[in-house]
Amino acid sequence: MQNLAKLSIGSKGEIVQISDNSLEQKLLEMGCTPGEQFEVVRKAPFGGPIAILISSYILSVRQEDARSIAVKVIDK
Amino acid sequence: MSEKAIKIALAGNPNSGKTTLFNAFTGLKQKVGNYPGITVEKKSGKANLSEEFKAEVIDLPGTYSLFPKSMDEEVTQQVLCNNENVDYPDITVVIADASNLRRSIFLLTQIIDLNMEVVLALNMVDIATKKGVIVDVNLLSQELGIPVVAINARKGKGIDSLKETIISSIDKKPRFSFLEITKLFKGVIEQANKIRGIENNFASFMALCKQKLSGEINNRCALNQLCKKEEIIPERAQAKETVNRYAQIDEVIKVTVKKGKSIGKYLLTKKIDDVLIHSVLGYVVFLAVLFLIFQAVFSWSAYPMELIDSLFVDLQKFTVNTLPQGLLNDLIVNGILAGLGGILIFVPQIAFLFAFIAFLEDTGYMARVSFITDKLLRGVGLNGRSIIPLLSGAACAVPAIMSARTISSWKERIITIMVTPLMSCSARLPVYTLIIALIIPADDYFGFNLQGLVMMAFYLIGFLSAIFVALLLKFIIKSKERSYYIMEMPSYKIPDWKTVGYTILEKVKVFLFDAGKIIIAISIVLWFLSSFAPGNKFDQIEEEWAGKADSEMHISAEKLEASYAGIIGKVIEPAIKPLGFDWKIGISLITSFAAREVFVGTMSTIYSVGDNDIQSIQTRLSDLKNPETGEAFFTPAVGISLMLFYAFAMQCMSTVVIVYRETRHWKWPVIQFLYMGVMAYLSSLLAFQLLS
Repeated sequence: MQNLAKLSIGSKGEIVQISDNSLEQKLLEMGCTPGEQFEVVRKAPFGGPIAILISSYILSVRQEDARSIAVKVIDK
Repeated sequence: MSEKAIKIALAGNPNSGKTTLFNAFTGLKQKVGNYPGITVEKKSGKANLSEEFKAEVIDLPGTYSLFPKSMDEEVTQQVLCNNENVDYPDITVVIADASNLRRSIFLLTQIIDLNMEVVLALNMVDIATKKGVIVDVNLLSQELGIPVVAINARKGKGIDSLKETIISSIDKKPRFSFLEITKLFKGVIEQANKIRGIENNFASFMALCKQKLSGEINNRCALNQLCKKEEIIPERAQAKETVNRYAQIDEVIKVTVKKGKSIGKYLLTKKIDDVLIHSVLGYVVFLAVLFLIFQAVFSWSAYPMELIDSLFVDLQKFTVNTLPQGLLNDLIVNGILAGLGGILIFVPQIAFLFAFIAFLEDTGYMARVSFITDKLLRGVGLNGRSIIPLLSGAACAVPAIMSARTISSWKERIITIMVTPLMSCSARLPVYTLIIALIIPADDYFGFNLQGLVMMAFYLIGFLSAIFVALLLKFIIKSKERSYYIMEMPSYKIPDWKTVGYTILEKVKVFLFDAGKIIIAISIVLWFLSSFAPGNKFDQIEEEWAGKADSEMHISAEKLEASYAGIIGKVIEPAIKPLGFDWKIGISLITSFAAREVFVGTMSTIYSVGDNDIQSIQTRLSDLKNPETGEAFFTPAVGISLMLFYAFAMQCMSTVVIVYRETRHWKWPVIQFLYMGVMAYLSSLLAFQLLS
């Protein structure tokens, strides 16, 4: 299974599952529900946060948090 | 009239235009207070809904759901979910961004499920339409079972019809609940209702999920048992609720929004981001922005500050000459007017800094600053947004500490506030200039001016110690909150100038009226200490010098020595002697508490220089001999020790007061005062003992 941190800019995918409990709730509330599609749009320099386009807005999360977000890559 | 005043709560996601709507509702009739016991700012204001309907509007902190993740969000929960709360509204207006409907109405549907009166203000429907997102407003209202009004808060469009809708919706509950929570947890919610003695499914669900609603302390045990019996794990139950709610929202979106998701509309934002969060250009732009802010707070504000200063000097002169001589005259001139001038002098810096901050927040740039600096600053317990307070601290800690409010994590905000006064502020500059000129030769080393190098070293000491203390505090301060960095990056937009204006006004008001009172009180105390002496010492001094040459100069010097401040200076002399200071410097340390630059003035009085300009104080001080050794008193050891003391010690009453105002607790300014004092004492001690 892929996680969000591994995706490169431009890749598209859908959320599968979030394994960190407190993170999960926050992300779910912001619309990152399983099955929701997204696109990786930015990665901050020096291993900083990663930004995705999801539910028509841009959301940014830290790399280490992105590791607990399991995703499925969608082929273009 | 008061019988027709209703309470309106404004709720919504961050960046939804909530504050703009609040400004449109209330105009200048706003006030900023605090929720009891916590540091969260409470913004409320008065609005006229119609000729006979008046309303009190509360701007609730922005949140994405009713399950709070921070102190700010907890306020929103407590106001909306507890009908015994003093701020519990008669009606709630939820504002949602039309081009971001899916996430925006999540919070709305939770509020609907609390079965309270609610109206949806759908913001920027016109802009969404242009972006290709067409929302069927009437159908949305049907699907949600509540009134929906299309508005554009910035342009003031739809505000009147929103007001009419609010009036006609009072006492009208939603037509149905959005998510049938009872079906998700069969029978459990009904049992929870019974335990709580209230028939409110969603509130009972929240209580089951360990949320602290009203009267829950008594029911906690029974609710926990219910969870155990029915095998309900709060986190899982909450996740289940959220997922199901979104599934239902998606159904609503499907029928009410046409042409749904379009990625193309981010083109402009994407182009700007290509520069602003570029791995090189991004930091260059950020440094340029910081430089501009620093220029504004440091140089531009110098003009209005000089104006205020000269205005007060004239006012003081005028008062001295008009009012009859005596104690009252002295109190007004040197106590009250000096204090008042000392407060107003901060206004230009506060106004300039917040003009920039409001501008950067409103355009959406601030979110990018966090994005590119998060990794770098998190290591030392700071936040991307700590950069602005830290840098502004190099001009003045007072506006800088006020600007730490934009940091959402409590712990990171406290750390930023605690270390900002270590940055070399502009009030330290006259002190450094005077001492450096005394002890450092104006030679060039490798093409650099030595005096300039020492000055730079002291700026560096300020910055490095701030980072070092931040790192320490990161491990010392415990926080229940987890540091999240899950942030929306809003699309860029042209700032709303009204919002910028309101922000400046609000910050200046808060400073003048909240902090100002305490600062005046302290400056009167300081005036008393340096203007009074026990017994009739002052009369004796005046008699002694009457008719002699330069009498005025010597009288003021001897009076200061005899005053309470002078007595304190002598009392602390044994404590500061190991640092190389005598009682005269001791007095200056005390009077400097009004503001660091007062050091120069006090030194000139105590050494009876007569003239206040730095040049003449300098010649006077360099001639000074040490009574014990007979050599120059201001050796490099004394000078460096004194400069280090000023670098670290918290000698600024305005900063102490503003830290109290911002943290709402005397604990923080006291800790700050102590730790900075200890740092100052130890470093001066070390420097003096090593160098002499």
